[in-house]
This record gives sequence, C-alpha cells and structure tokens, in this order.
Amino acid sequence: MNKKALSVAASGAALALALSACGGGGSESAPSESAPASAAAGATGFNAGLENVTNPSDKKGGTLKMAVTEDWDSVDPGDTYYGMSWNLLRIYARPLVTYNPAPGKKGLELVPDLAESLGVASDGNKTWTYKLRPGLKYEDGTPIKAQDVKYAVLRQMDKTTFVNGPTYLGDWLDMPKDFVSVYKTPDVNTDQAIETPDDQTVVFHLKRAYAGFDNFAALPGTVPIPQAKDTGIKYRDHVLASGPYKFETVEQGKQYTLVRNDQWDPATDPIRKALPDRYEISLGVEANDLDNRIISGDLHIDVAGSGVQPAAIGSIQADPELKARADNPIMARTWYVSILNDNPPLDNVECRKAILYGADRVSLQNAYGGQLAGDVATSLLPPGIGGWQKLDLYPTGAPDEAKAKEALTACGQPNGFETTMTYRSDRPKEQAAAESLQQSLGKIGIKLTLKGFPTSEYFTAYAGKPAYTKANGIGLATNGWGADWNDGFGFLSQIIDSRVIREAGNYNLSVKDPAVDGLVDQAFAELDTAKRNAIWGEADKKVMEGAYVLPAVYAKGLLLRGKGVTNQFITGAFDMYDYLALGVE
Amino acid sequence: MVSYILRRLIGALLMLAVVSMATFSIFFVVPRLAGVSSEDMANRYVGRAATAETVTQVAKKLGLTDPVVVQYGRWVKGIFVGSEYDYGTGVEQCPAPCFGYSFVTKKPVWPDLVDRFPVTLSLAVGAAVIWVLAGVSVGVLSALRRGSFFDRAAMIVALTGVSLPIFFTGIVALVVFSYGLGITAPGGAYVPFTENPVEWAYSLLLPWITLAFLNAAAYARLTRAGMLETMGEDYIRTARAKGLKESTVIVKHGLRAALTPIVTIFGLDFSILIGGALLTENVFSLQGLGKYATAAIAAQDLPKIMGFVMLAAFFIVLANLVVDLLYAVVDPRVRLT
Repeated sequence: MNKKALSVAASGAALALALSACGGGGSESAPSESAPASAAAGATGFNAGLENVTNPSDKKGGTLKMAVTEDWDSVDPGDTYYGMSWNLLRIYARPLVTYNPAPGKKGLELVPDLAESLGVASDGNKTWTYKLRPGLKYEDGTPIKAQDVKYAVLRQMDKTTFVNGPTYLGDWLDMPKDFVSVYKTPDVNTDQAIETPDDQTVVFHLKRAYAGFDNFAALPGTVPIPQAKDTGIKYRDHVLASGPYKFETVEQGKQYTLVRNDQWDPATDPIRKALPDRYEISLGVEANDLDNRIISGDLHIDVAGSGVQPAAIGSIQADPELKARADNPIMARTWYVSILNDNPPLDNVECRKAILYGADRVSLQNAYGGQLAGDVATSLLPPGIGGWQKLDLYPTGAPDEAKAKEALTACGQPNGFETTMTYRSDRPKEQAAAESLQQSLGKIGIKLTLKGFPTSEYFTAYAGKPAYTKANGIGLATNGWGADWNDGFGFLSQIIDSRVIREAGNYNLSVKDPAVDGLVDQAFAELDTAKRNAIWGEADKKVMEGAYVLPAVYAKGLLLRGKGVTNQFITGAFDMYDYLALGVE
Repeated sequence: MVSYILRRLIGALLMLAVVSMATFSIFFVVPRLAGVSSEDMANRYVGRAATAETVTQVAKKLGLTDPVVVQYGRWVKGIFVGSEYDYGTGVEQCPAPCFGYSFVTKKPVWPDLVDRFPVTLSLAVGAAVIWVLAGVSVGVLSALRRGSFFDRAAMIVALTGVSLPIFFTGIVALVVFSYGLGITAPGGAYVPFTENPVEWAYSLLLPWITLAFLNAAAYARLTRAGMLETMGEDYIRTARAKGLKESTVIVKHGLRAALTPIVTIFGLDFSILIGGALLTENVFSLQGLGKYATAAIAAQDLPKIMGFVMLAAFFIVLANLVVDLLYAVVDPRVRLT
C-alpha cells in the first residue's frame, strides 16, 4: 500500500532504533470480536503501546484532533491506497470485514464488520458468501443492502475515474469480458462475478481459488455505496457514512471534520466504541510543527503514522517524559536491492550469490540511517507478518569475501564482472546504499556503475521497465516495499510472483522463478492460516536461495502518543496507532 | 493619465499572455522535447496498480495525448468561456474563468485559488503594515541619530533579520512563543476575519511579526540609507533656513524624497507576498496560496501550478502598475504621460 510518500519521514523516524531495546514481546490469545483487550490495561512507558492498550477508558465525548502533513489520495473508500486512509476510513465507513481493533498481532485478526461472519467458502475456495447484519443504515437513514456492496466493488474497478485504489478485486473476480465500468457499460450482467440473491447476501465468484479472500473483503472497496447516491469522482466530497461518524466538512487539502452519525446503531457493530463526539483532521500541517503540537498537547494524533521528524527524535531521546510517550514499532516495510537476472552473468545464481556474500551489511544498514534506521534484514518478508522466519543464508555483518570469491569462480567470473546499479536520485539513502555496495562489491571485483533516476519515473520508465533494464544492462536496483495488508499475500504477491510483471511500472524487478510462483499458488489455495503463512515463509526462503534480492533493513518508526488520548495502541494491521478505539479524556 | 493607464493595462495583458505561454511550455513542451511521452506524464496521475491500458486511457482523459497547441488553446479557452469535466456519472461545467481541473484532486483550480486568497491576503497585509511602520521608523531614527547606540543596535538587529531565513525564525518563534510561553496561537490556527476579527489577528500575530522581522530589517536599512542621502541635500538646508519645523523638514521634505525607492521595492515585495508566501505559509501551516503551490509542485499537479503562476504573475504586474502610478503622488517631479 502506498505508505511511501508519507513514510519518507519514517526513514528518519525509524532512527529511533536506539530506543527500541525494550520492545515488548508478543502474546497469543484466541481471536476476538471485542474491542481492545484490557489485560494489560494502564500500561505506560516507552513501547507500552506495542502490545497493550494505553490509558484505557470508555469515556465518551470530546474532540479528537488529528493532523497530517499532506492530504492523502481520497476519502472515497473506492479510491484510496494509503495505509493511514484504510485505517482511518473505518470510523465513517464499514467494509464487509475488518481488522480486530487490538494491540500487536491480535490487530491482524480479521473480524466481521458489515457481515455477520467471515466469508463462507465453497466451490474449492472460488466462491465466497457474506451475509449482512440486519438493521444496517447509512447516515441518511436508508438501509444498507447487498446490492450496494456489489455496486461499490464494481465501481472501484473503473481505474480511469478512481485511479488510486488497488486492483485486487477486479483482478480476481470472474468479471465478464464485456464489462468496462459501471459508468460505461452499466447494462452488462455481472452476476458471474458478484451475485446478490437477496438484500442481505452477497456472493463473490473468483476466477481461481483463493483461501484468503477475507483479506479482499477487508479492502475499502467493499464499503457499500448506493448507486443512486454515487457522484463519481465527486463522491469524495460527500461520502455516505455507514460507520459511527459522518463528514461535517470536507475541504480537500485543508481540513476534514466528522461528527456522530445518529443512524449508526451500536447493536450492529460489536467492534467500534465510537468514543469522541467529533474528529477534527487538519491537512497540510508543517511536519515539525505537527510534532511540536503533539508534544505540547495541542494535537492528538499524526494521521500518517509513519513517525516523527528527526528534530523530535532528538527531543524524545533527551526527555524521559517524552520517551515514555513513544512507541517504536517495526513496520511492515523492507528496503532492499533487486538483483536483476536478465543479463549475464547475473543470470547465473552463483554470480547473484557473490553479491549477497560480498555486500557489507553494516555499511548498507548505515546507508539507510545506521543502527537507528532499522534491523538488518535477512529476507524480504519483515518480522510481524505471518510466516516470517529469521534466515541465515548469507552474512548479516561484514562481507564473507572467501565465499564471494568461491561463488564468482563457480559462475565462471573469478575476477568479477561489471554491471550497472540504479537508485532513486531524490532519495539520499538509496544513493548512499548504492555507493556502499559499489565500495564493498568492488573489493571482490564486481564493478558497479551507478545511475540515479527520479522517483516519479523510476518504476515506470527505468528500473521497473524490463525493456529498459535489459537494453541498458541493469544488474542491481534499489527497491522498497510496504505491505498492502500484513500477511504473506499482502506483502509478497506483488513483488515475488513473476506473473504480475508487465511492460512497465513493475515493483517485482527480479524474482522470476517457477518454484516461487508455484508456492504463491499453493498459498492462494490454502485455507488454514498457519499452513498458508508457512507457505509464504517458504516462498520467502526460496527467493533468498535464488539470490534474487539483497535485503537491506526492516524499517522502524518512532511514534508519539497524544496527551489525553485514551485506548492508544499500535495495531499489527497497519503498524501505526489503531484509529477505531481512540477516545479523549 | 488615462491613456497611460490604458497602455499599461494592454501591456500587462500581453505580459500575462507571455507568462502563460512560458509556463505552459515549461511543463508541457519541454518534457516532450526531452522525450517524455503522454503516457509517461499520465503515469504521475494514476495509482501504482495501473495497467498500461489504464495509463493510456488516463492520458487521453487528461488531454495529454492532444498536440500541445491544442492543449494550450483549450486552457486559454477555459479562462474565457469555461470548460467541462467528466466526473464519471456525468459532465460538469466549470464556468469562466476556468483555470483547468487538477490532475490529482479532479477539482477546478479557480475556486481553490479564490478560497485560499483571503489567507494569503491577511498574512501579507498584516505583515506589510508592521514591516513598513517598523522598518521606515527605525530607518528614519537611525539616520537622524547616525552613529548612536540606537543606530548601531538597530542595524545589528536589521542585519540579523535579513540574514535569518523564515523557516528558522518561524519554527523557533513557534516553539518559544506558542508551545513554550503559550502567548501566541499554534501553527495552522487561522480564523477568517469575517468570523472573528480579534481571533483573526491573534491567529496571525506570530506569522506577521516573523515575516515582518525579515522585511522590516531590509526596509530599515534602505530607509536609513535614503534618509542619510536626502538629509544632506541642499534643499533640506534651505528648508531649515526658512525656519520650518524640524518634523516638517524630516517628514515632508526628507522622508518623502527617500520614499521613492521604498515604494518601488514595497510594490514588488507585497505583490510577491500576495501571490503566495510559500515559506511562511508552510512554516505556520497556513492554507494560503503559497501552501497550495507547494503541495501542487510536490504532486506535479500541472493545472494547479499553472493557475497559481498566473495569479502570482497578475499580482506582480498589477503592483508594478500601481507603483508607477504612485510615483506621481510621492515625487512631484514625475509626470505620467
């Protein structure tokens, strides 16, 4: 998911790894539909929010003040691809399924939202049925129907109108070939993809089996929109609320305010506490000013959830009181280097392994901000996502030059070789990473020529365009990825499945392995979560065995809890504060 | 006089036309000359999951596939006769002056500019009043007490003010006065004048002072230099010899002559500011034209950038005209023909 723009600061913020020594351990408990766990109620101090509900309270009332440095793509649930937006929109919009508002890993659990239960699979996981809860209403008092969910899902497939959102639902549903969009081909029968046998039931038909479809049902694309109220791209000016809050004002780029939706019935919603009376969300607030206002108590929450600025990191490190209000979660983001295997000699796995043995991992970690930027990564999959395992296939500290030379000899290049490495020129850390590799690989005879390109065209015209990389002998490319949702599919599917590679705009630059594709298919079909996670872990290991990527660091962020905010905790679903449970004293 | 104003107005319109063409060329022609295709440009405005087909469709929808001349013509036409946009569920008219639709927010640009203008105007007017009063007063006093402690101290402060960038003084001022002492409003606390004039002034006090500190310093130095030169002129000696009061000599004869360069530079400074105080608005999170422009540039939202540039250029052209007219008022030797 597009956490990138707002997580540039995170890389600076991540810097607080030094503070992370007291990260809490995970706790296991049964899935629950209930609101935040209170087992560790009242936890305080640094990292208290990682696994506990801080300042727990059921007190209603007050105004929760949020802010963000820049507006995000859209408040329209069918047109948004930011993690903060997916987290926040649940206060005014309800998808079929959502994430359990609970700290840490418990926040990763999917729980029914509009639906009475999680999806019921049939036809070998190709058909998924959801029944809506009775008594659901929009803010205008009209009932929420299954047909509205169907319309919303079809509507967000129009990517020329709603350019921002993900394409999972459109890609996986068995859409008729002549369907273009709800606007251009409104009369095409789409029942082969989505059926609504009655007002309460919606049935999804997939092209191929996918056991984790509930993750799709948790996408904002399943938030219902009645066709009669759809105003196309202008719908963002007035999203019809299905959650406990509705928009009072929508001033794109300036401010959003939300007030209670009196048509929302708590009896239909076991997961939302709806504590504040009002939300005020300021947009375009200067980043340092935003941190200062949270420190002073003038603001409660930084919506971006990617961490404070370097200036505030200093303050937090120096001030024990502030440090006690900070949390330092590992984020579902890995910074890495793709090792492209289209051109020789990198089409030989041993030559690729030579890069992994020859890279100075400490130097690479320093390039991304030193020890403060994140943990040295040993795989693509970051910790916190099911299936992650600590791999020890390659050195994690100083380079192993002997093994690197061995690998070079094995691939017929005992004296090394030359190749070109790309990086995003407007990202100093990626440039530093490229220079770090140029230096460390140079010692084993691998000579890198560095080429920087602007972020805006990096994937569409250069590193992500196979025709360009092949023609220009690109061997290495800096890369980075954040999860669309925190499971193997949400993190890995777009970056290790070779079948998603297209003409341009690719993020999978180098993983083209039938064995990995096979594991992806296996994971798609596995209904058991634990087994599915294990398959994703296996796929992750396979990628490393094939030396298709050089992982650099698992990113971390430093977040600050707001003064007077209740029920604040980091959710494993978004690696930021959960926005469903918050209240004010 | 009337023919002079008419000629200047025609010149101003021509100037704006040239600015529009230059700006349009920078964003739409130069990339093409550099080999950037319509699809490459459209790539900035699609989600990351977009297919090649989607990119092509979006490029077409945004009009990027048309020849550049056609695109420019459409943009100019929009200003004079309005434009229209397909929202998905229908087509909406954007009445003149329509400066196009944002490629990112899909909203017409002009209403946004109008909406943001009061914030920038409030900031500019308040700061200008402070910096002109403070700058000119300090400059006059320094000139009259040349070499005194006041003169030296004022010039040191002025030098400091000129040297310190607003993104430093602004942040420090916020930390000290708003979050430390709590005597001024925090960032982003703008209240419209029409809603509550007292709150309006309170919310803008710190940005005004911070911005004025920067400019007042320059004006103090300029006024001091002008006054020193003027007060040494023969006609000042004559005025004193005639027995005029010293205050009359200073204000009516000295300051008035020294004001000409001040008026010139004030016109430019104020017009630049009114076209968007980029740094100040960003530091204080004020949702004015400057903040709007910064966000547009960051998102490479070309229609927004075009709209902003044209509005800023308009203010500069207008200010130059007003300044030229004021010359005749300030300096009796000037005749407008």
